[in-house]
Amino acid sequence: MKPFVYQRVTDLADAVQQASQDEAKLIAGGTNLLDLMKLEIEKPAKLVDINGLALDQIEATSDGGMRIGALVTNSDLANHPRIRQDYAVLSRAILAGASGQLRNKATTGGNLLQRTRCHYFYQPDSACNKRKPGSGCPAIGGENRGLAILGVSDHCIAQHPSDMAVAMRLLDARVETRLPDGGSRQIPLVDFYCLPGDTPHIETVLQPGELITHVVLPAPPTGRHDYVKVRDRASYAFALVSIASVIEVQNGQLAAIRMAFGGIGVQPWRNEAAEAILLGSTGDSATIDQAADLLLCAAQPQTQNLFKVSLTRRLIHQAVQQALTRAGVAA
Amino acid sequence: MNQASVNQDSHAVAGQSDPGQATRRTVSLTINGRQYDLPELDNRTTILDACREHLGLTGPKKGCDHGQCGACTVLINGRRVNSCLSLAVMHEQDQIETIEGIGTPDELAPLQAAFLEEDAYQCGYCTAGQICSAKALLSELQQNWPSHVTGDLTAPIPMTDAEISERMSGNICRCSAYPNIVRAIRRVMVAQGIASADEPVTPMAGSMGETA
Repeated sequence: MKPFVYQRVTDLADAVQQASQDEAKLIAGGTNLLDLMKLEIEKPAKLVDINGLALDQIEATSDGGMRIGALVTNSDLANHPRIRQDYAVLSRAILAGASGQLRNKATTGGNLLQRTRCHYFYQPDSACNKRKPGSGCPAIGGENRGLAILGVSDHCIAQHPSDMAVAMRLLDARVETRLPDGGSRQIPLVDFYCLPGDTPHIETVLQPGELITHVVLPAPPTGRHDYVKVRDRASYAFALVSIASVIEVQNGQLAAIRMAFGGIGVQPWRNEAAEAILLGSTGDSATIDQAADLLLCAAQPQTQNLFKVSLTRRLIHQAVQQALTRAGVAA
Repeated sequence: MNQASVNQDSHAVAGQSDPGQATRRTVSLTINGRQYDLPELDNRTTILDACREHLGLTGPKKGCDHGQCGACTVLINGRRVNSCLSLAVMHEQDQIETIEGIGTPDELAPLQAAFLEEDAYQCGYCTAGQICSAKALLSELQQNWPSHVTGDLTAPIPMTDAEISERMSGNICRCSAYPNIVRAIRRVMVAQGIASADEPVTPMAGSMGETA
């Protein structure tokens, strides 16, 4: 780890000013940043500790939604009574990720910004276009079993590792930020992440110094909330494929359906057109396959992660069939 | 990174003449109820390294040093965290508890006694972290925190072995003493009235698709 200057801030304006400085990094939970600093993948000259900002509240909004402070820990968010009751898909996604220890430190804002777990990104002596732009991507044609099949480019196939962000994407979350010029803005999560293209080192639309202050959830979608995560062990591992779903069955038909996916995309992945195919249907196998075809037709798998295509399809079948079964409809 | 690089004073003092640019500062930590002052501590020092290398508290162990193994688990304000991913300088206001504060050889805490009774370790390297983690687990269960294997998120948590296993997954045991670790924790849960001895014991599920 490189030496760094440490500064605490208690004022938002001060925080974004400090964060705008060259080689400064904001730190909250630090569970990913400190790991990267130990490997000297991140080498900030200054750490700005934002834990003193009063951004640790979860509050109801006037339109029936929730506003979550960026510093709310993953544990506190997953355990919140209203989140458990009305946004269960979010609680479940968070609880499917990391360990009890990490969830106690990791924050809502930091989780959205966590970096990929591609092995080559974490291997400082290896080429990596995300870590060292222009150096190449050894994951393409290399060790890529865990990596993305959707949204990839010839320069990067790194997957986004977050479970929480998958549920946030499903819930149409908006990221509220503070800009260094004093302004603020709301960025729909769908627009928050950048596709890798030929600039995989640019991961979000955040400007230098811009700080996530809150994540805003609209009123909760009705239906059954689920998060199913397939991984190499039963707990404490990143997703190979995960599916967040909220499905409502009425009169034997899918009256509402949302699905978002982890492990397969370069960002939390959702395809509303695939959902539209299923909406109003009886959830029969042929229609599920049509939806899966639409979701997966753009997939660009490698040899090692080819299995994610069929695994994703099976998970969609399982999600719909379970929703129907639980609604008393014979699958 | 290893401890040696933290102690390389030669490249850690840059800009020290300007306090606003210092890469070291005096840090005060409260550990097991006692205050420790660490003069001119390198900002890079984790709570784990502060305990082990500066304060002689060698209970927290350095396993992976990357938040993956749980051997370094300590409690901060009653919550379990990986001390290897916690900078000392960021925790001056907090109450830190290590295994040394949980019990002593002469006065074992219930979890320590249960780990002995159930033979819940072999080499013992992960044990301090396991016990710190288990202490927090008991408190989380009492607060009705759900887990990945919890069925109904709004109901009381069933005290199954699957719940214990899932909640302890952040603590790796390479001797694989897991079955006895679960038994030791269950023993304390029963003794403390958190679980009954005849609580339904379900195995760790392979697929969690049935939850919700």
